Parts: sequence; C-alpha cells; structure tokens
Amino acid sequence: MVSMTELSKIHNSPESAARLKKRRAAEWRLKAYGILAIVLAGAALITLMWSVVSKASGAFTESYISLPVYLEADEIDPDNTGDPTIIGRANYGGLSKDALKAAFPFVKSRGDKREMYDIISGGAAFELRELAMTTPSVVGQTLDFRFLASDIADLYLKGSYGELIEQNAGGNLTVESSGKTAVVNSSAADFAFVMARLKEDLRGKAAFNRDQAALQENGRAVFVERGDLVEAAKREAERDRLIALAIELEARAAQDGGTEVLDKSSPSVLVRMGETWVKLTAVSATGGEGDVIGTLRNVKLATGDWQVYSQDLPEASRKVSDLQIVLIENLRSAGVVETVFNTRFFTAGDSREPELAGIWGAAVGSFWTMLVTILLAFPIGVMAAVYLEEFAKKNLMNTFIEVNINNLAAVPSIVYGLLGLAVFLGFFGVPRSAPLAGGIVLAVMTLPTIIIASRAAMAAVPPSIRDAALGIGASKLQTAFHHVLPLSMPGILTGTIIGMARALGETAPLIMIGMVAFIVDVPTGITDSATVLPVQIYRWSDFPERAFEARTSAAILVLLVFLVLMNGLAVFLRKRFERRW
Amino acid sequence: MSDMTDTVKISTKNVDVFYGDNHAINDVSVDILHNTVTAFIGPSGCGKSTFLRCLNRMNDTIDSCKITGDLLMDGEDIYAKSVDPVQLRAKVGMVFQKPNPFPKSIFDNVAYGPRIHGLVGNKTDLEEVVEKSLRRAAIWKEVKDRLHAPGTSLSGGQQQRLCIARAIATAPEVLLMDEPASALDPIATAQIEELIDELRHNYSVVIVTHSMQQAARVSQKTAFFHLGDMVEYGDTSTIFTNPVDQRTQDYITGRFG
Repeated sequence: MVSMTELSKIHNSPESAARLKKRRAAEWRLKAYGILAIVLAGAALITLMWSVVSKASGAFTESYISLPVYLEADEIDPDNTGDPTIIGRANYGGLSKDALKAAFPFVKSRGDKREMYDIISGGAAFELRELAMTTPSVVGQTLDFRFLASDIADLYLKGSYGELIEQNAGGNLTVESSGKTAVVNSSAADFAFVMARLKEDLRGKAAFNRDQAALQENGRAVFVERGDLVEAAKREAERDRLIALAIELEARAAQDGGTEVLDKSSPSVLVRMGETWVKLTAVSATGGEGDVIGTLRNVKLATGDWQVYSQDLPEASRKVSDLQIVLIENLRSAGVVETVFNTRFFTAGDSREPELAGIWGAAVGSFWTMLVTILLAFPIGVMAAVYLEEFAKKNLMNTFIEVNINNLAAVPSIVYGLLGLAVFLGFFGVPRSAPLAGGIVLAVMTLPTIIIASRAAMAAVPPSIRDAALGIGASKLQTAFHHVLPLSMPGILTGTIIGMARALGETAPLIMIGMVAFIVDVPTGITDSATVLPVQIYRWSDFPERAFEARTSAAILVLLVFLVLMNGLAVFLRKRFERRW
Repeated sequence: MSDMTDTVKISTKNVDVFYGDNHAINDVSVDILHNTVTAFIGPSGCGKSTFLRCLNRMNDTIDSCKITGDLLMDGEDIYAKSVDPVQLRAKVGMVFQKPNPFPKSIFDNVAYGPRIHGLVGNKTDLEEVVEKSLRRAAIWKEVKDRLHAPGTSLSGGQQQRLCIARAIATAPEVLLMDEPASALDPIATAQIEELIDELRHNYSVVIVTHSMQQAARVSQKTAFFHLGDMVEYGDTSTIFTNPVDQRTQDYITGRFG
C-alpha cells in the first residue's frame, strides 16, 4: 500500500529538484525552437518580399520620349473632312518613324533605321492615331508628341543593361574623319583602361587554352597506354595547337602598346563629341578607329570638349545596341526623355509588348470569376453545412458523405480543372476560357473548405442556444436560421474568405479550362473570354522579354495586396463579431 | 396551498426511457397537477432531468433516445403522431439549468417566442406582452430602461429571470424548470423561488432540484427519483416528514446523494 505522507516527501527530494530542472530545460528548449521557427519563417518571408518588391519596382514607372511630329494633312485627311474614321485610316506608324528620322537624319542604313525605330513603342502610333481622331484640329500641324519608349529603351533608361561609364579623358583629341569611319588620337593615354581590360581578357583566354591543352595531354597519355597511337597523335596535335595559341595570346598581352580589335563580345567604347559619337572598332592606348554616329569632320578637340564612355556589358549580351544607346543618350541630353508613374500597368489589358501590358484585364477577369465562385460556393456550401450539422441523422450514409467532403478538400486543384474540362465544358457546353467556367470550377474546389469551416463554426455554437430556441417552440429550421446560423456567421465568413483567397490565387484548374489564352480585351461579363491574375503572372513569367520580369513581380505584388486585404477582412470579421458565451 | 387543485394537467403512466442500450427511466408514473409546483428530487444521474425533458419532447433531439409508456396532457397523448412538438413546446415552456439568453437584446429575447408563434399582430401588442412577461418574471424594474441592451450583459440571476420571462412570453400552460437556481447565488435563488411561487397561480410548474430545502420551500408535490426509478411521490410535507420508502428517508436525511 502506498502511503500518501511518504509520497509527499518526494516533493522536497534532490531527485525532485533535478526533475524540475529537466522540465524547465524542456520548456526552455521548446521556446527556443519556437523562436527559431518564427525567425526562419520571417526570414523566408522577408527574402520573398524583398525579391518581389525589388524586381517589381521597374514596372511602376514608364518612359516617354517627346518628339516633334508633323501630322501632314495631305497624308491623313486630304479632303479636310474632320471625320474620325477617315483620320483613323492614316499610317501613324509611318508618321512616328518620320518623327524619328527627322530627329536623327544621319541614320541611313536599313538595319540602323530598324534599331532607331525600336526605341519607341509600337503602341505609340496607336496613341497618336487616338489623339488625331479625338482632336481632328491637330491634323496639319506639328506637335510635340510624347512617344512611349519601347521596353528596351525603358530598361536601358532604368539601368537594367549596365551603366554607360564616363572615363577620364585628359588629352587633346585629333579626329580624322572619312564620314562613315574616323580615326581618333588623343595626346594622352586616355584609352589605356580599355587596353588593360582587353589584355586581362587575353591572359584569361591564354590560361583557358592551357587548361584545355592539359586535358588533351591527359587524353594522349591514356591512348598511349591503350596502344592506340593514331588517337594519341591526334591529341598531341591538338595539344600543341592550343599551347601555340596560348603563347601567342600571352605575347599579345605582354606587349606594350599595340592595337586590339573591339567586337560585339568585348566591352563597347564610345567617344562623344557633343551630339556626334564614334563607336571604336579598334583601340590602342591613345586612340583608335571607329564608326561615326552622327556627322563628323576632321577636327581637333581640347580636353573637356570630348568624353570617353565605356559600357562593360558586351553588345552581344544586351538587347539595346550601341546605336540605340547613343540615340537615347542624345535624347536624354536634349531633355526630351521623362520617366513617369506607370498608370498604364493598372489600366491596360494584356499585350505582347511589355511596355503596353497591364493587369487590368486579368484583375477584371479575376473579379468576374470570384463573383461566380462566391455566388455558387457560398449558398451551396452554407446550406450543405446547415443540413449536415443541424438536420442529418448520424448514419452510415452521412458519415460517408462527411468523409468524402473532407477528402475533397485535399484533392489537388488540377483535378478540379480536369473535372471542369470534362463535365462543364465537355458535357454542359459552358463557354471555354470564360469566368463562368472558371468560377464554377473554383466554386467546386472551394465548396469543401466552406462546408468544413461552416460546420466547425456551427458546431461551436453552444447547445444551450439550440435548447433555448427549441424549448420556446422554435422548429429546427427556425433554430438553425434564427440562431445557429447568425451566431456562426463570423466563422462561416472567415472560412469563406480564406477559401476565396485560395481560389483567387489558383492557377492550375484554370489552365485546364483554357483561361491561359492571350486576351487583350477587358472582359465585360462572365461569358467573355478572360484570364485571371495568377494565370497572367504565370504567363508573363514565361515570356522572353526582359521587361516582363518586372511586370511579373508587380503583378505578384498586386495579387498579394488583394490576398492580404481579403485575409485582413477575415480577421476583422472574426474579431468584430466574435462572441463569448 | 389553498389554490392547489386536484386537476391533473399531465399524467404519465409506465414511462420507460432508453438511451441506446441504457435504460435511463424505469416504469415511472407521475401526475402533474394544475396550479401546483411539483419538485423532482434525487441524486445525480437518477433520471429526473431526462424525465422532465420527456414532458415537452426535448428528448426528440437525441437520436438514440427511445420513450415508451403513456404521457398525456389534458388527456391527449403528447407523443401522438398528430402532435407537433413545436406546438407542444409553446404550451410547455422550459427553463434550463444554465441561464441561456440569446445573444440578442433583452426585448428580442422575450419577443422571440410570441413572434415565431404569431401570438400578437402588431408592435404595440408585442411590447405589451414583453412588458407583462418581464413584470411577471420580476425583472421589469431592472431592465425597463435598457430593453435594447444584449441579454448576455445581465448578471446570472437576471439572465435566469430573463429566461423565465422568455419562457412565459409564449403563454404556456406548464413550465418545466431544470435546476433553475443551481448556477445562482443565494439572493438570486431566493428571488427565483419567490417567482416560482408567484407563477404557480397561472401555471403548473415542474422543477428539478438538487436542493431539498428548495424543494421543501417551493413545491407542493414532490417525486423522489433514484437510479431511474421513481421511488416515491406525494405531498411535499409528507415526503419530507414522513417518507414511506427507506431510500427516500436516507436521501432526505443526507445519508447519500
């Protein structure tokens, strides 16, 4: 028999003290793990947000280039009708190009012209057309039109293609120009920085060749061991060729002075003389030879009248060419380039041109889809929950239904997409790519979440409230709708909003029912073709244009803002209507 | 006790209640008299609450519950197919152990019953019914200035009186009270007991209680339950002073329970 007085002595024993210490240590460890987990989660969140926000920042501004454009009356509206439909037929793309040609008359070759046209957006011509159609009085006049910069010009202006760095130029420059090309010579070693850089590259190439030669040597040794002398001889020849190449490169690198060729894979060196530039194709420590961009005569320039710029990113590795850089820099110096807040991103539909693309179409598509989803999922889900919680008898059939609902909540969302494709599109003929189809699929996907949350909320209503209502003579229906449902509404709404937030961020099932289509127009109803925000993000992330990277991140931010707002609303409702019994 | 009558309001004969395999009430026969307070006493788990809940068919909500025997109110079978439990519960009101006002205003709590049963046609009548019920439940003076405050903001004793007002607002004929004062302090208990004595003039009151003093104070008839059996039923004075059964004797003298 255990004596309780004996047991109570244990409380003061050293063993008890040790046990207590152990318990406290366990508690401390648990706290430490908890804090560690929170810190890790916080760090992950901060990393994610930082990465998204820093990438998105480029999408919130856009650049404009103001150029005078002559809206030739003979071209646009020869009979002076003022009729917008006639005005709309003119070739505004051509007029835009004329504006560029007028600004840069020295750009002559076809390829150069194409590069020049690429600094303004293809959408600018439509805006010019829009302007002429809405205000026909501008026809026949020359006006300063703000041309939207193209994605590459915009990215260059934002510094995404590396910086154009001004180097020290201390000498007087002698220029011998033949019109197209020019030879420049400085009285000081103003181009030594390029030479140093190029020689560094030569040494790197030599080292690489020596490494390759060593590999060939290894191969030769192996073939000799095997007795395959033919192969061994091939390896030997290759090894000797590589070593010879390396020696030559090293000799070039060691040599003082000399001339090196600049091609598309080496850094660009640009000599600026006011509005005219020379792009060097060969360089020595004191000068070089290059192509003239602009018009240039033989001239001598003092220090300060000319500058040397280098762009470390080789021309082959960036979308913006040296010619385009020169044109943009000239425009920037003329003060006609401006960068403003990008409202277009929030008001335009999708586009293949990054500078014209916006999220409004996807946002409206999301709105219609969510509208269909909530109109279907909320009433059906809540009614199903009321039936299961308040009316259904506990029998095998209902337990089976319950288990299945819980299982459905865990089914991967793409399965609902397949269901939607087969049943709603295939069988019922719901229009493809429409918010109606997407909304139905998302409603089916959200239903289990709403049912489970609603049932949990209703089960949390104390039985005393049901007793009270039934005791007065309320029917089951009245009890459910007058008392249980209103009291559980905060929980139901919280569950619904969380389910909706999940649906808002869903991509996979919508891909199955064709909501990945490229849709430019903003949908005006639930049967129009549409896309939704997460699908838009998915599509943009896949586009090759660099400018879509920023837009993808910006769209993610917009989606996150919506999700945070929805979850905030859920928290607010829960706190606001929380009841204690 | 002068106005106590011998008219039987609810008569029960050979009632058995089963919760699945559990035989909760075993062959109980009790007559509830008109304008009388009948007390059910007995140790915990003896079936008195279960029996009380049979009288307004509150046990219907429990799937596994099965009831046999005759339960007649004014000679009509309570469990007949033609009887709607909703109608029955309007006539047999109930007050629960824990005060359970709806989380609505005091006014809406009392007005709920008359509203759903369509007892009154217009707002003025409804206000009158609410006032009368609150007066009868002896809480009018305390709440008349804040009828639109939530019922849950009242104290425990006030909440219970509000629940009584809510129960009598549907004009019931019988009032069932399941340990109505068990969660209350002595002062609130005294108020409730006074109220029960008042209510007797208009209703038959059945009260389940753990307190034998309370049973002695408020009831005219007492039934003693033990392990699902009804051991003894008779005038309260007789049960408490001269019980027939040894078990009743032991219980009221505090030897068990």
